[in-house]
Amino acid sequence: MLNYVLSRLFTFIPTFVGVTLISFGFIRVLPGDPIIVMAGERGLTAERYAELEAQFGFDRPIYVQFWDYLTGVLQGDLGNSFVTKRPVWDEFFSLFPATLELSTCAMIFAVVIGLPAGVIAAVNRGKLYDRLLMSTALIGYSMPIFWWALLLIIVFSGNLQWTPVSGRIDLIYYFPDPTGFMLIDSLSSGQKGAFTSAVRHLVLPTIVLGTIPLAVIARQTRSAMLEVLGEDYIRTARAKGLAPGRINGIHALRNALIPVITVIGLSVGTLLAGAILTETIFSWPGIGKWMVDSIFRRDYPVVQGGLLLIAVAVMVVNLTVDMLYGVINPKIRKR
Amino acid sequence: MSLLRIRNLSVSFSTASGAFQAVDAVDLDVDAGEILAIVGESGSGKSVSMLALMGLLPWTATVTADELSFDGADLLRIDRAARRKIIGNDLAMIFQEPMTALNPCFMVGWQIKEALRVHLGLDRATRHKRAIELFEQVGIPDAEKRLTAFPHQMSGGMNQRVMIAMAIACKPKLLIADEPTTALDVTIQAQILDLLADLRRETGMGLVLITHDMGVVAETAERVCVQYAGQKIEEQPVGPLFDQPHHPYTAALLDALPERATDKLLPTIPGVVPGQFDRPSGCLFSPRCKFADATCTTTPPVAAGPELGQVRCHYPLNTGERKAS
Repeated sequence: MLNYVLSRLFTFIPTFVGVTLISFGFIRVLPGDPIIVMAGERGLTAERYAELEAQFGFDRPIYVQFWDYLTGVLQGDLGNSFVTKRPVWDEFFSLFPATLELSTCAMIFAVVIGLPAGVIAAVNRGKLYDRLLMSTALIGYSMPIFWWALLLIIVFSGNLQWTPVSGRIDLIYYFPDPTGFMLIDSLSSGQKGAFTSAVRHLVLPTIVLGTIPLAVIARQTRSAMLEVLGEDYIRTARAKGLAPGRINGIHALRNALIPVITVIGLSVGTLLAGAILTETIFSWPGIGKWMVDSIFRRDYPVVQGGLLLIAVAVMVVNLTVDMLYGVINPKIRKR
Repeated sequence: MSLLRIRNLSVSFSTASGAFQAVDAVDLDVDAGEILAIVGESGSGKSVSMLALMGLLPWTATVTADELSFDGADLLRIDRAARRKIIGNDLAMIFQEPMTALNPCFMVGWQIKEALRVHLGLDRATRHKRAIELFEQVGIPDAEKRLTAFPHQMSGGMNQRVMIAMAIACKPKLLIADEPTTALDVTIQAQILDLLADLRRETGMGLVLITHDMGVVAETAERVCVQYAGQKIEEQPVGPLFDQPHHPYTAALLDALPERATDKLLPTIPGVVPGQFDRPSGCLFSPRCKFADATCTTTPPVAAGPELGQVRCHYPLNTGERKAS
């Protein structure tokens, strides 16, 4: 097992270099000059421009700049933000908990609803319930996130006034945030109503962000279940006189989980991409919003470092998924 | 009264091109402790009739019967929950492909103990003890260690033993074995058949053996039911059936046994079992029967009395009038 993990970590290296190269190149092919953007409307003199250019190293050849960046990254130095002057590393980890909290809730929402929905649809294949569920899933999958978010805000925040429009918590609450996870911090602060407020702020972003993974998981669970339900061992389970709930929920689902876990793992990438839109719409102070803002400011180090860290997070999730296969299905277990 | 009593069982499948009659008006009785073999070639409905009894057919199947009673309970009239109390408990079944019939995600021990818990409600320690007993009973060496094995870690023969252990876990009154040896090596086949016969002797359970292997029938069964294209065409005790088959199909099957061959060339039955679209209007075997005449191709024969093995034929063989050729 350890060997397996190490060999997988080894394959991270080319991906890692590739991501560094792409993120480095991507931000530079965007039109716009970070120095001009920083200077704002006042503009700046040619001498000052040259001075800054030399300070940031933009005057050197592009491959030298990349080499500098890559060696820096390998030493754990992602550089400082042009705008805040703080290390990218610190900014990322002060904002990442907010994104992680939102993504985790969205994923739980998607799995808790998507998995049973897929199972039930598969068991009732071809019936009204199945068709209703699957067409709803298709709609959910095809829905543009920003439009769906606005729709929910209009109905639940605007008309019904059930949920707040934006942010992570009401401004009347103030407490230290040792973990960065609002749900945990608000609970440990002991302030009355803080936790409820945090939950109410989390509801809409969670639904918006979780909708696409939910649809994907439901559809994947259904098709995996349909395949498994035709297997001989399901007939054996029925021949044992087991109740349908036990057959579908234990004997079939365990076998159907492999493809489902795969899409859950892949959804993490989608989720982080979706977080950019969702966080922007709900003013959620996470890395999605941070990335978008940084792209507009042409904040090279932040965009490069942020993309890299997100890519690493996705790679780690995929490695975890690969290891989960063996836990679920012993036949794939590595020797 | 017999343990299993089936009257006029019919199963049809709805397919995209209309209904397909897989089992057609089958009557069957099995007494307690008896070994009945159901023989017939592929597509003769032998598995389907037993799957119908177990309630294991897919939703596309329609099952009708005048009576489908097991141990006093009419399986078609009781609700699903009551049926599940019987299935896997008093009435158990093993299947053809041991490698795919066990769930790959769970240890074999867990799969056996599950049956013990669901039907008998045994506690953990008793379940474990009983599972080891069962493994020893079906001849799995190193029983306690094998409980933690997964199906893919064992051979086909071992898996079939696990299936048998699982089926007999709740001491069933009747075990249905659906071609239990077809997917196994010849040497393992003999071992599994011996095991089934031994278990029958030890536990006194009835055994229904579905097979297309006449050799297996001769060695194991006491009574034989021959099915063709969904119909039961003959039923006799094994000795008389081999000596004096009444139906031309049975006779042709027996002639095709290598052990009985007298010629250099093994006799065969020309043609195939009729399917959904070429079902004859008269006797179903008439297109392949060397004795068939005009009556056979137009009028379906009715089953004869027990003295002629309930044969479905206008001109039964070995009745004194006409001898088998």
